[in-house]
Amino acid sequence: MASLNTAPNLSGHDDIYERLIGLHDGLSEGESLQAWSRLVLLLINHIGDRDVIDEAIRLAAPR
Amino acid sequence: MANVEGIPIYREIGSVPAAGMSRDKARVTVVGAGPVGLAMALDLGRRGHPVTVLTRLDFIAHCSKAICFSKRSLDILDRLGVGDRAIAKGVTWNLGKVFWGAGDQPVYQFDMLPVKDQKRPGFVNIQQYYIEEYLLDALLDLPDVQIRWGHQVTAVTPQDGGVQLRVSAADGDYSLTTEWVVACDGARSTVRDCMGLDFEGRVFEDNFLIADIRMTGHDMPPERWFWFDPPFNPGKSALMHRQPDDVWRLDFQLGWDIDRDAATRPEKVEPFVRAMLGEGVEFQREWYSVYTFQCRRMARFVHGRVIFAGDSAHLVSPFGARGCNGGFADIDNLGWKLDLVLRGQADARLIDSYDHEAIVTADENILNSSRSTDFLTPKSTASQALRDAVLQLAQDHAFARPFVNSGRLSTPVSYPDSPLSTPDSDDWDGGVAPGAPVLDAPHDGGWLLDALGQGFVLLTCEWSGAVPDGVQVIAVSGLAADRLGLSSGNAALIRPDHYVAARWRRPGRDAIQSALLRAQGGLHG
Repeated sequence: MASLNTAPNLSGHDDIYERLIGLHDGLSEGESLQAWSRLVLLLINHIGDRDVIDEAIRLAAPR
Repeated sequence: MANVEGIPIYREIGSVPAAGMSRDKARVTVVGAGPVGLAMALDLGRRGHPVTVLTRLDFIAHCSKAICFSKRSLDILDRLGVGDRAIAKGVTWNLGKVFWGAGDQPVYQFDMLPVKDQKRPGFVNIQQYYIEEYLLDALLDLPDVQIRWGHQVTAVTPQDGGVQLRVSAADGDYSLTTEWVVACDGARSTVRDCMGLDFEGRVFEDNFLIADIRMTGHDMPPERWFWFDPPFNPGKSALMHRQPDDVWRLDFQLGWDIDRDAATRPEKVEPFVRAMLGEGVEFQREWYSVYTFQCRRMARFVHGRVIFAGDSAHLVSPFGARGCNGGFADIDNLGWKLDLVLRGQADARLIDSYDHEAIVTADENILNSSRSTDFLTPKSTASQALRDAVLQLAQDHAFARPFVNSGRLSTPVSYPDSPLSTPDSDDWDGGVAPGAPVLDAPHDGGWLLDALGQGFVLLTCEWSGAVPDGVQVIAVSGLAADRLGLSSGNAALIRPDHYVAARWRRPGRDAIQSALLRAQGGLHG
């Protein structure tokens, strides 16, 4: 069973961060929520592993 | 009496009379006597050139300006002979810590000297006026450098082979004809205004309060501490830096809709200080100020015989210490180029390479400082949510920490597409590529960067052969060779500003000669 990787696994953090902010340029809050949602759906499909996705959902939930 | 009111004085100097300067001439005129202008004058003066410095003020100002001087700036100050004084007086630091909310453990920390065994630390904190004083003292040893305090440029007229400046002093006006002007006259550059030149970019809608205070007995390591959303400035950020003389810089984000004039009154500032440091803290005010910031630059820094350097050419937000350090990078890049041109050993193409390389540096500084600002002051609900999510996750998860951006601090910028670099023709695995600065290392009982001096150098590893005139050969081994990626038989050509111009597995005289010519602006492939 795969587990969620929470160690650093990227480079170019500032570039990616800028792209993420740029995703919301000119959007209303409602549109932003939809954009975030589409992004999550695309990524979880790419990940494809239910255990990993379930673990990420658990960690993302407010504590 | 100072000639401009409202600016606190560190050292009074007094105006230089203009009498007898009615039709004056100079080879190089530096406008502005802040750290960048003084360092420019010192660099050219040490290379043997007569320099005239014009400065509007007749004193060194004492107020909250640059305090964080990067390793690269210290290397430059070393080359200019004043590095030791900066280190002796300054507060050395390498570690930055970022806190979130009321937590007393950092959510993120960074080391500004990840590669050890170098002469200089990641940073020193020292008040700008000390740096100005050290540069000024060194300039006094150079008889051909004239500093004209209280002389204001009022008109700039380009002419054939030079520039005519109109200058106003307390006792009269005069004209100065000069071959070159280096405009180091700051964000509100008079030279730039006189020439009607553009200055484009983003203006950020936020205000920050700087409280420079003096207090003794405060126990904190020499580190940069930054807070997001601390209890003493809820919803906003704060920064704390130690300076020499028991002076501390406290920086508080204030927000956009504030009364700027009121914000620096002691009754407004002191509650911030007490909330941060405790009700009972004893301190004295050094200087309180409010700043806003912009990230912008001129489209070009070279305009014929007028060259812009430092804040006159580019402005950044202070998060990242990229202002004064960016200015020192400019004069470091320009000094040796102007030297060769003044000697007739290179032509204006070499000055054009300053335009290319200094703009690469400015763009990297503007990019990084804009991104830090976007993290510090999110512009939309989504951006705020993303920022807060990063900080929440960073507490428990290593992956989120590299996203935390409280300022990406100044490091030297590489020029991957510099016209002065000879692209690699051999295979290299690591080391320092053409267009990147040499990494310091222990060398021959001292340090490699000290050994490089201020001319062209061929660094070699177990190689001997003929080299062009004017190139000094220095053999390296051990850590110095490893960091450059040089193994037996290899060599690298180093520019006077300690950037790699070319490197070879099997160097030959012709290849070295043509790389040298290219690095001097004479060969464009």
